[in-house]
Amino acid sequence: MTMRRLINLKRVEARRIFLTYSIVIISFLICYVMSEVKILSSSMRGMLVPICAYMVMAVSLNLVVGISGELSLGHAGFMSIGAFSGVAVALIMQNINKFYPGTPEFLQNIFLNAPFRLALSMIAGACFAGLAGFLIGIPVLRLNGDYLAIVTLAFGEIIKSILNNFYFGVDKNGLHMSMITDTTNLLKGGRLIIRGPMGINGIMKISTFTAGFILVMISLIVVFNLVNSRSGRAFMAIRDDRIAAESIGLDITKYKMMAFVTSAALAGAAGTLFAMNYSTIAANKFDFNTSILILVFVVLGGQGNFLGSIIAAAALTILPEKLREFSDYRMLLYAVILIVTMLCTNNDNIKNFMQKLNPFKSKEEAE
Amino acid sequence: MIFLDFFISGISLGSIYAIIALGYTMVYGIAKMLNFAHGDVIMIGAYVCFYAVSRYKLDPFIGVALAILVSTLLGIIVERLAYKPLRQAPSLAVLITAIGVSYFLQNTALLLWSSNPKFFPSIIGRGTFEFFGGKLSVSHVTILTIGTCLLIMFILSLFINKTRLGKAMRACSEDKGAAQLMGINVNATISLTFAIGSGLAAIAGALLCSAYQTLMPTTGSLPGIKAFTAAVFGGIGSIPGAFLGGLLLGVIEIFAKAYISSQLSDAVVFAVLIIVLLVKPAGLLGKHTQEKV
Repeated sequence: MTMRRLINLKRVEARRIFLTYSIVIISFLICYVMSEVKILSSSMRGMLVPICAYMVMAVSLNLVVGISGELSLGHAGFMSIGAFSGVAVALIMQNINKFYPGTPEFLQNIFLNAPFRLALSMIAGACFAGLAGFLIGIPVLRLNGDYLAIVTLAFGEIIKSILNNFYFGVDKNGLHMSMITDTTNLLKGGRLIIRGPMGINGIMKISTFTAGFILVMISLIVVFNLVNSRSGRAFMAIRDDRIAAESIGLDITKYKMMAFVTSAALAGAAGTLFAMNYSTIAANKFDFNTSILILVFVVLGGQGNFLGSIIAAAALTILPEKLREFSDYRMLLYAVILIVTMLCTNNDNIKNFMQKLNPFKSKEEAE
Repeated sequence: MIFLDFFISGISLGSIYAIIALGYTMVYGIAKMLNFAHGDVIMIGAYVCFYAVSRYKLDPFIGVALAILVSTLLGIIVERLAYKPLRQAPSLAVLITAIGVSYFLQNTALLLWSSNPKFFPSIIGRGTFEFFGGKLSVSHVTILTIGTCLLIMFILSLFINKTRLGKAMRACSEDKGAAQLMGINVNATISLTFAIGSGLAAIAGALLCSAYQTLMPTTGSLPGIKAFTAAVFGGIGSIPGAFLGGLLLGVIEIFAKAYISSQLSDAVVFAVLIIVLLVKPAGLLGKHTQEKV
């Protein structure tokens, strides 16, 4: 999108995009200042990076579910591929002079600089997850509807199982990997990075809120530009009527694949960001429940509405934390809020009733 | 002999999956929704059975009957409160509501019964039958599981194919509007489907926990997902398909555990599912519907 079209606020779409960017930037600034002057509680500060990662996950899943119209139940799988590959790359870069002593000085300096390392490992995570998305997309995108959903669920579980049994290490001789049992036989001074069910530990926490914000902005720019391009209109045409779209000569598989791979790559970058916020990470953290959680963000925020995804991701990550005073009842309350919100926004009788009560209320609920 | 042993335990596990998958497939066939809370109904049923048998010292079969009753009521209540208001809503909204119900049931169980795993004694003891001069031993639970599954299949097919209510269910799954015009009470039929599915889930819960002997609030979720894949495997919406899919999935899982790797068995099961769906996109026994333009 050119600058002129962005600033041309007469278009509804442009206004919405502008609103999304400004809300994200303003809330980043507010949160940043609040966390700098320590108004934010420490538990809230700890949640800033995961919230950013979930926002990117929600935005990327919304591209597949809302724009491309395919229900994906395995999005956490791409997140875990991004997390594991990104962290592995970061750990290799961190110990670059130990494993690859011949690396040029300037590269070593770049690798040892934390923000650069984070950026490079996020790119690596995005590439690996995008590649996985491409390979998985070949069989998956031949299916439709509920069958596609169940196959993405299956791939999510397969990725989890494989990563749970994957061993990956590095020493002076290069990279070693094995499945099921650890047969990498590393030399002395080598390091086993991925330890099967134990995952990765000893991660240097280099994710920052600023990096999270930049990733959210990048994903929004990517997604908005894609949606408002020729390809984006093709996605929506395919979603609305596959047969009509095919009959005017759109290459269905190509466009579906484009959306799927973009979404997987963004999820991979989010996974790296998420993982680098903790000192240990294991594949079981990215299970079916995580995929569902992200789907809940997308549906509650509104399919195809990226601002909605972002708000829902932030609200629903903070909500269980804020409900902590109800201690044991908090997840129960979370479930009730989820059900009631779905009933209120989707049942005509309740919707009409709410509108009678307060003309603004149902609009707020829909957000 | 070891092969036969694995095969029988595969059939037994598959029978449990088949009973659960029947619930998924019937609900999908009629209400066109993926009821993600089904796995948690299994868990609730198992808890009711557990408390009836070990706390109140009731006869195991009365315990199972009680579990069926509670689960059936639960199924009807959930359908009435959460799913019925969303009959006209987009399918994703219903899916999210089902996930909400699933969280709700799991956390209710967590509050009522704590997260500590409970030791679930087998409902018919630990005895075994010996075959071939003791070379092959099959536990009573295994026989009971397989027998129950066959019995349920038999009764259910009679019910679906021979009774008026079964005919109403088939009519609703074909075309709800036309069924309504013919004087069938569609809402009652959908409630009935949920009731039958949930009742079956309670039986599956008692059998599952008799075989594995532990019970937690999350017990139902993984078998629930696997049974759901079994239903898709056999062709979702088809009752013989759910039976076949469940049995095959159980056998594949046990063989993968035994001959490939116990850690990778889930991956193998899902890989087989993907291959089947690529070759036969509507599942093994599913009807392939022609798209009309």
